[in-house]
Parts: sequence; structure tokens; C-alpha cells
Amino acid sequence: MILTNIESVPGKNIVEHYGVVSGSTVRAKHLGRDFMASLKNIVGGELKGYTELLQDSRAQAVERMTEQAKQFGANAVVNIRFATSSVAQGASELYVYGTAVRVE
Amino acid sequence: MDQLIFLIILVGVGYTAGTIAEKRHYKSIEKRENKFLKLSVVTLKDAFDKESPILRTRLVQGSAVISIDYFKRILAGLRNIVGGEVKSYETLVDRARREATLRMKEMAWDADIILNLRIETSAIGNSANRKKTIGSIEAIAYGTAITYKK
Repeated sequence: MILTNIESVPGKNIVEHYGVVSGSTVRAKHLGRDFMASLKNIVGGELKGYTELLQDSRAQAVERMTEQAKQFGANAVVNIRFATSSVAQGASELYVYGTAVRVE
Repeated sequence: MDQLIFLIILVGVGYTAGTIAEKRHYKSIEKRENKFLKLSVVTLKDAFDKESPILRTRLVQGSAVISIDYFKRILAGLRNIVGGEVKSYETLVDRARREATLRMKEMAWDADIILNLRIETSAIGNSANRKKTIGSIEAIAYGTAITYKK
């Protein structure tokens, strides 16, 4: 599965469009991590736990999107966009979407 | 009185630890940025060499969550009274974005060019839904990495 965030796959031609595919996941962090983060808030700096958590969830969202694209019979997803929103206190939604296509 | 002392301790710890951490972070960012000077990153979509055969195209991304220290948070709160430039938050978002871009480049270590770079920022954590106190921000950078056939 080829993923790009431009309109085409360089060096290949798009032969068929399958429409929009998307994947999303809502994640909350657990209490221990939250406590560590609030301590880290005093001294500042990178919150490694959060970075990891968001990376994991984003990978899962991408996984769900490619799964959907596979079901359509696509072999590439072009023009991918990422979006993040906080839906509730302490939880955020990661959303990824793109256009499923077949390239040759 | 007790509360005041506690606050002063928090501010003191935040100031010393925060300043040291920020300097160290900037040093490491600059060092790693120099390492990736040859890998060009553009916001264009068709800036690649169309003559040379392409080995691989893939999506690369990197992200970082950076939090502000207690001293700067109070400083920014004071700044709200008189208005103007809030330097302490500028360095916060600057660090987050540069770190995210660097991680993206590290993921694309074998690529020749990264097309259509996008950088997004969002406030996360407990304070995300309270507008007044921005505690930590996440920056994500992503783009399409292209590797030519050698």
C-alpha cells in the first residue's frame, strides 16, 4: 500500500478512483501517565508518554484507513490529511483521511 | 502564607529546570538540523526530478508534545494584562514544530526529497478544553518522501 499526501504517486499513473477512505480513533490516557505529565508540567519539556500515545493512536488510525482501502481493492491512498481534536477533557480524537486509488 | 511559599517554590523550580531544559533542547535541535541539511523539504507538490526513476514513495511523519514550565506560565498570565508579544510561548511552539520536523526527517533518512510538508499544532492535555491555560501542545509534521533509484 503506497501512501502519499500529494495528488498523485510520482512515477505511476492513477487508473481508478475509489472515493474517500478514512480512519479514526479516540484515546484517553491512563491515570498514572496523567499524573507524571502534571508533574512534568512544572518543569516543562517534552511529555514523552503523550508523544508515544499519540503516535500509537495515529498509527492505528492509518491502519484502519488502509484496511478500508484494501477492501475497495485499492493499492494506494493519495492526498492524505491528518486532523486532531480534543473531544472531551483528557481524550483526543485522531482522524486521518484520503482518496483510495489504483495505480500502475 | 503557606500557599505563597509553595507557589514561589514551584516558580523557582520551573524557572531553573525549564531554562536548562530549553537550552539543552535547542542545542540538540540545532545539532540534528545540521545533520539533515542535505535532505530538502518543500511545501510544493511537484518539485521532484521527473527524469530520474523513482524507487520508493511513502508517507513520513513525526510529532512531539512539549509542555511549558510553571514560571513561563505565570509570566504569560501577567503578559495578558498589558498585552503584547508572549516570548515564552513562542519558544514553546517553535521547539515543538522543529522537533516534529526533525523526527519526520529521521523517519525519511534514506529519502532524497520530502514533498508537500504540512505542519499542524493542537493543544492537548487537561487544559485543552479550557481556553485560558494552554499547558502543552502537540505539533505534527508530515509529507511525502521520495527516494530515487541510484
